[in-house]
Amino acid sequence: MGAGNPQLNKHGELNHLLTIEGLPRDVLIRILDTAAPFSEVAEREVKKIPLLRGKSVFNLFFENSTRTRTTFEIAAKRLSADVINLNINTSSANKGETLLDTADNLAAMHADMFVVRHASSGAPYLIAQHMGATGRDHIHVVNAGDGRHAHPTQGLLDMYTIRHYKKDFSQLTVAIVGDVLHSRVARSQIHALTTLGVPEVRVIAPRTLLPTGIERLGVRVFNDMREGLRGVDVVMMLRLQNERMQGALLPSTQEYFKSWGLTPEKLALAKPDAIVMHPGPMNRGVEIDSAVADGGQAVILPQVTFGIAVRMAVMAMLAGNS
Amino acid sequence: MPKQPPLPDAEALCAALAAAMRGHVDPAATALVGIHTGGVWVAERLHAALGLKIPSGSMDVSFYRDDFNQRGLHANTRASHIPFDVEGAHVIIVDDVLYTGRTIRAAMNELFDFGRPARLDLAVLTDRGGRELPIAPTFCPHSMSLPASQMLALERAADGGLSFRVMEK
Repeated sequence: MGAGNPQLNKHGELNHLLTIEGLPRDVLIRILDTAAPFSEVAEREVKKIPLLRGKSVFNLFFENSTRTRTTFEIAAKRLSADVINLNINTSSANKGETLLDTADNLAAMHADMFVVRHASSGAPYLIAQHMGATGRDHIHVVNAGDGRHAHPTQGLLDMYTIRHYKKDFSQLTVAIVGDVLHSRVARSQIHALTTLGVPEVRVIAPRTLLPTGIERLGVRVFNDMREGLRGVDVVMMLRLQNERMQGALLPSTQEYFKSWGLTPEKLALAKPDAIVMHPGPMNRGVEIDSAVADGGQAVILPQVTFGIAVRMAVMAMLAGNS
Repeated sequence: MPKQPPLPDAEALCAALAAAMRGHVDPAATALVGIHTGGVWVAERLHAALGLKIPSGSMDVSFYRDDFNQRGLHANTRASHIPFDVEGAHVIIVDDVLYTGRTIRAAMNELFDFGRPARLDLAVLTDRGGRELPIAPTFCPHSMSLPASQMLALERAADGGLSFRVMEK
């Protein structure tokens, strides 16, 4: 791996995609530009192109996911790769050793790419580092979500969606709303938005669901949803992550909806042409009202479709940078 | 400096190519597909000169290139766009320069993912030799020989005029 950014090879090309943090702006733009022609493949009679023919992509999901795993699987299959899905139970002890042993075994089966989802932050990085340290840099690692750390392809598909509807990042006000504390998606979104030059990124959340020092990432914090939504171009909702909650961070989901749920009445405070995004799966009636989720400003389903093109682009770029 | 052969006049070749194709196309049924970028410009000229009715397609064959494993994905890859039904159609692939034949192989593979054409032809402005695959043009008004160290590219001026340029690789 390169000395500077562990994701880049010695030519400055993307060798792994682990996090958006620290990726240069031109690399992000290149990924978004590259994703555009891939979205056209879905319109064809044969929805398949031969770029990854003969390559094996292993989906290593140490944590459950339906949408992300499925879209990675579709993306790899549309690139003609062979896809092997492994849903691995995390309850076994000695995680670090098991993780690398698993990776070593799959590498011995001539894996070309690992798509890794793990409940522990840094797990994909650990695999990438291990592959590099053992002379197997040709095996690429894509982070499909690690702990509270990062979910770079989600961040990228969100940027692709914003660019699709708003064309230009340089005039936008974007609000990220909800459970930022537990959200790897929010971190990836914030890094992507600031790197791409969005002048105002707002974070709207109750104090108990905000990590300390979030302001240092270059965001404006609002503890009042109505105030925070005023005049924004893009509303990015986050899922309330009940499964990650320990202790009494919230009174109840009903109470949460009252203060932090996106209703038509609150959305009316944003710009009239504001778009509403959500990484899924949605908790209707908790963070988002059905009238908004199914309304004309929601671009939640296009996000899913764009996600396939973005993941195809990322996998094709990595595979081509051997 | 090796002596440069005179470069062909691209405008004259467009006219000659259209003339060569005229008796072999059905304006109501023949469709063109230009290969990015030069082939798209030539296809535009041919479409007008031959009075074709079906809108032309364009292809960027980057997803089908055989050098992906050596060179990776080309920067500035564009979407392919085929605005007609390929199934059962008479399609003519259009490019500016025919060289190794690898681009045409990629284009044929890509086109077949849109459907099975009834007939497929190839029209190019010039054949510069150096073929590495068994591919021959159906329509080609000019041929020339260039060393492998040189690249022949079509350029379009602001006024739309087409011309050839030779570059050292």
